[in-house]
Amino acid sequence: MSFKQQKYFYGDIPEDNTGENMSSPKTETKNEWPLWEVFVRSKQGLDHKHVGSLHAADAAMAMENARDVYTRRQEGVSIWVVESKHIHASNPEEAESFYEPAADKIYRHPGFYQLPDEVNHM
Amino acid sequence: MNNYLKDYLLYLADTSLILSQRNSEWCGHGPILEQDIAITNISLDLLGQSRNFYQYAATLIGDNATEDTLAYLRTEREFKNCLIAEQPKGDWAQTILRQFFLSAYQYLVYEKLQAYNNEQLAAIAAKALKEVTYHLRWSSEWVIRLGDGTEESRQRMLQATNELWRYTGEFFITVDYEKEMNIDVADLKIEWMKTVRAIFEEATLPIPDNTFMQTGGKKGIHTENLGFILAEMQYLQRTFPGANW
Repeated sequence: MSFKQQKYFYGDIPEDNTGENMSSPKTETKNEWPLWEVFVRSKQGLDHKHVGSLHAADAAMAMENARDVYTRRQEGVSIWVVESKHIHASNPEEAESFYEPAADKIYRHPGFYQLPDEVNHM
Repeated sequence: MNNYLKDYLLYLADTSLILSQRNSEWCGHGPILEQDIAITNISLDLLGQSRNFYQYAATLIGDNATEDTLAYLRTEREFKNCLIAEQPKGDWAQTILRQFFLSAYQYLVYEKLQAYNNEQLAAIAAKALKEVTYHLRWSSEWVIRLGDGTEESRQRMLQATNELWRYTGEFFITVDYEKEMNIDVADLKIEWMKTVRAIFEEATLPIPDNTFMQTGGKKGIHTENLGFILAEMQYLQRTFPGANW
C-alpha cells in the first residue's frame, strides 16, 4: 500500500484535493504582496511563538512590519518571519488517522511514576 | 542660558510635534494596513519626543506653562519647527522622503546631544535616538524601494525630491539659540550628505543640484502650511479652553 504525498500550503487546502494547484497558492494573488507568518520570542530563554501573519514584499519589509504590528507593546525581543507558502499544514480530512489513534494511549503520558517529594514543579 | 535652552527645546519639540501631526494624517489612510500602523507608530514616537522636550521647557518657563499650553496655545510665529515638517504629506513618496531627510538629520542631532553637558537634555536625546534610528532605517528602505522600483514609483520619488530638497538647507544654518548653546549644526552637513548620498545611490536617484534653499522655520518664519496645521491642531483647546478627556 502506498500513500500519496501531497503538498498543501498554509490556509490553502485545495477543494478538489488533487494538489494540482500547488504552483499558485492563494496567498500570492496578483498585485498583492505575499503573506508571511510571524513568530515572536517574548523574552530570552523562551521559544518563538506564532503570533499572526502579515503582507510584505520581501523579508526585510516583513521584519519591519512585524516589528511595527506585533511588538509595539513590548511583546518581544526577537522576531522570525517565514513566507506562509513554506509552511506545510496537515490536512484536516486526515485528522482521524493522524490524531485519534493517540487518544486511547494514556500510557504514553509519564503519569504513572511516584515522584520523590524533593522533586518540585513537575 | 536658560532662555536659549528654552528656545532650543521648543525648536526640537516643535519639529517633532508638527511632523507627528503631519504623519498622523495617514492614520486610517495608509497604503496598506501594515504601513498604516508603521507610520502611525512613528507619529506616536515623535509625539512622545516632543512631549519630553515640552515638559522640560515648561519647567524652565514656569508661569503655569505646561506641555499642553506650549503645544496648543502658541501662535504660528512662536513655533520654531523646521519648514520641512510642516509641508503637506503629499503622496506616500513625499511622506517617506520627508521622514528620511528629517530622520537622518535628527539622528545626527540627537547623537551629538546625548553627550551634551545638560543631563536632562542628553537623556531625552539618548532615548529619542533609539526611535529615530528605526525611523531612519524604515524610511531609508522605502526610499530605495520606491526609487529603484517601478517607473511610477520612481517618478513620484523624483517629484518628492524636487518638492522637498529646498527645505533641507535650514538644517545646517546655526541660529542664535544654537550658537549660544555651542551647538554648531553646520558641522552636520557632511555626515547628513553622506547618508543621503548612499541611500540615493542605492535608490538610483540623482542628488539635486544646488537650489535656492527656503529658510526661516527655526526662527519662526513659516510657510503658509503651518497656520492650517495649527488651526486644526489647536482648534479644540482654543474653542473650549482647558477641555479634558
